[in-house]
Amino acid sequence: MFFPLLVLRNAFRHKLRTTLTIVGIVVAIAAFGMLRTIVDAWYAGANASSSARLVTRSSVSLVFALPLNYAQKIRQVDGVTGVGWANWFGGVYVNERNFFAQFAISESYLDLYPEFVLSDDQRRAFLADRVGAIAGRKLADKYGWKVGDQIPLRGTIYPGTWTFNLRGIYDGAEEGTDTSTFFFHFAYLNESIKKQYPGRGDQAGVFIESLGNADDAAAVSSAIDATFRNSLAETLTETEKAFQLGFVAMSEAILLAIQAVSYVVIVIIMAVMANTMAMTARERYGEYATFKALGFSNGFVGMLIFAESLGISLLGGLLGAAATFPLADVFASTVGSILAGFKVSRETVMLQLLAALVIGVVAAAIPAWRAARVRIVDGLRAIG
Amino acid sequence: MTAPEAIASRGRDNREPRFADAGAPAPLVSIRSVSKYYVRGDQVIPVLVGIDLDVNAGDYIALMGPSGSGKSTLLNLIAGIDKPSAGEIRVAGVDIAQLSDAELALWRASHVGFIFQFYNLMPVLTAFGNVELPLQLTSLSRSERRERVETALALVGLSDRATHRPNELSGGQQQRVAIARALIADPTLIVADEPTGDLDRTTAEEILGLLERLNDELGKTIIMVTHDPKAAEKAHRMVHLEKGLLVD
Repeated sequence: MFFPLLVLRNAFRHKLRTTLTIVGIVVAIAAFGMLRTIVDAWYAGANASSSARLVTRSSVSLVFALPLNYAQKIRQVDGVTGVGWANWFGGVYVNERNFFAQFAISESYLDLYPEFVLSDDQRRAFLADRVGAIAGRKLADKYGWKVGDQIPLRGTIYPGTWTFNLRGIYDGAEEGTDTSTFFFHFAYLNESIKKQYPGRGDQAGVFIESLGNADDAAAVSSAIDATFRNSLAETLTETEKAFQLGFVAMSEAILLAIQAVSYVVIVIIMAVMANTMAMTARERYGEYATFKALGFSNGFVGMLIFAESLGISLLGGLLGAAATFPLADVFASTVGSILAGFKVSRETVMLQLLAALVIGVVAAAIPAWRAARVRIVDGLRAIG
Repeated sequence: MTAPEAIASRGRDNREPRFADAGAPAPLVSIRSVSKYYVRGDQVIPVLVGIDLDVNAGDYIALMGPSGSGKSTLLNLIAGIDKPSAGEIRVAGVDIAQLSDAELALWRASHVGFIFQFYNLMPVLTAFGNVELPLQLTSLSRSERRERVETALALVGLSDRATHRPNELSGGQQQRVAIARALIADPTLIVADEPTGDLDRTTAEEILGLLERLNDELGKTIIMVTHDPKAAEKAHRMVHLEKGLLVD
């Protein structure tokens, strides 16, 4: 008990200094965790994507829609077991701050996504109601929606106010499943478009295909694209993961910057901690010399500094990691559904603790080495 | 002749060995031709030159001399916290100049009790904890350590201050804690560097009285560096240094 007690008492000898250092580490570790979680959330969609699904879009740009009759031809490609389609709606709920993804989907769409868990009753009710819609649990919870509510969306791509009957709330089959999306019937959208803008009807933003065997993804993709080669609307087919990563790639520079900042934060606090430990060790050279004069080894003196530094940094690290969870909740509720998979992962917590460990070790390295090597007579001279 | 050899030979010419009497038992501390110098660039700065000195078990010696005479350096060499540039220092038969740093640390733990001018107590430990420090390096059980510490604190009259930290004690009390710490491991010799240098006269007298008791009643060998002639008078023997040489 002697050693840990001595370390503990030494660590809190200057309570204000130690407290401020711990607060600094808490802030740095929590910031590191938040930034890592933001990056993780960006990749969450891609990570939750199935490798047994393909997405077909216009080879020119996602902005251009594809003829709806492509569905029939895609269905005939070997290896394709199911086809669905979806259009991005881009409506506004109450005001622009309430952003969430909204898709007009074909009836077959939900069959392609077994991870969206919807009760049979709600599914039947949704399919039976032309203006019906379903929402993910997270989204419904956020806005307090209940089944039976009417949800008005102001169209930005498709003008007008669109009011939907909420017929179901789906849950995620897995932890990473996104439950912050709003779905309604493509048929309803298509019908309305055809009335208002006849030339824009019968077009789908993307087709989604399910595969019998995920290993056939490359071959099936090529076959689908070959089917529409030299047509007016050539296609680009890729796995759902690649499709999602394409969106992530658009923000890659930002993500790299966020990652860089997360590590810079750690380096900064490491420097602050190293300064604290250097000051601490310098003030105590006389004590270290006394320990050595009494017969304690150089290693003991070095370990005193290491243990103190590690104690402070790990305490800060634990508090910082713990603080990340409520901070993430606040952040997630503030940004809404923009970052759907905003969740502090186990890997992030492990990285936070590892960062705290590295801070403690690096900060103590030079002071411990110096203190262990200080000549007793020089150290004793420091007293008085 | 190298600079260190020149210094050593100069010392030998002037030396007046303080050997133990012929026929007496082997001295506890035997210093032979010990020199200490520092090299600053091209300059060689001698601190001690060809010192010969014997200290018998149970002696109480006062090392005196003006500032810079080398008395503290000599004390440091005897205590094994510094190494001589030349010569031999034997304590209880062990040539401590030949020990490695790690061996020397172990040797100090069991053979030397330190009393410093500024007490050098650990501020985060209580009087009890400070006195117990040297015993942390032994295999004694907790209860054995407790028993010894209580005895040592009683000896210096501080049983009622065991739970007090250094900043809650007066200078004299702190020095008594330091004396208890120096005693606790039953060392071969006690070295004291200006033990009364930071104390008023009355308190200094108390501390000197305590050192006398350690010597008289417990038979402890004490080597004390002091500027203070009144403190030195308490010792059995006074040894004077000047400019790194023993002068009488």
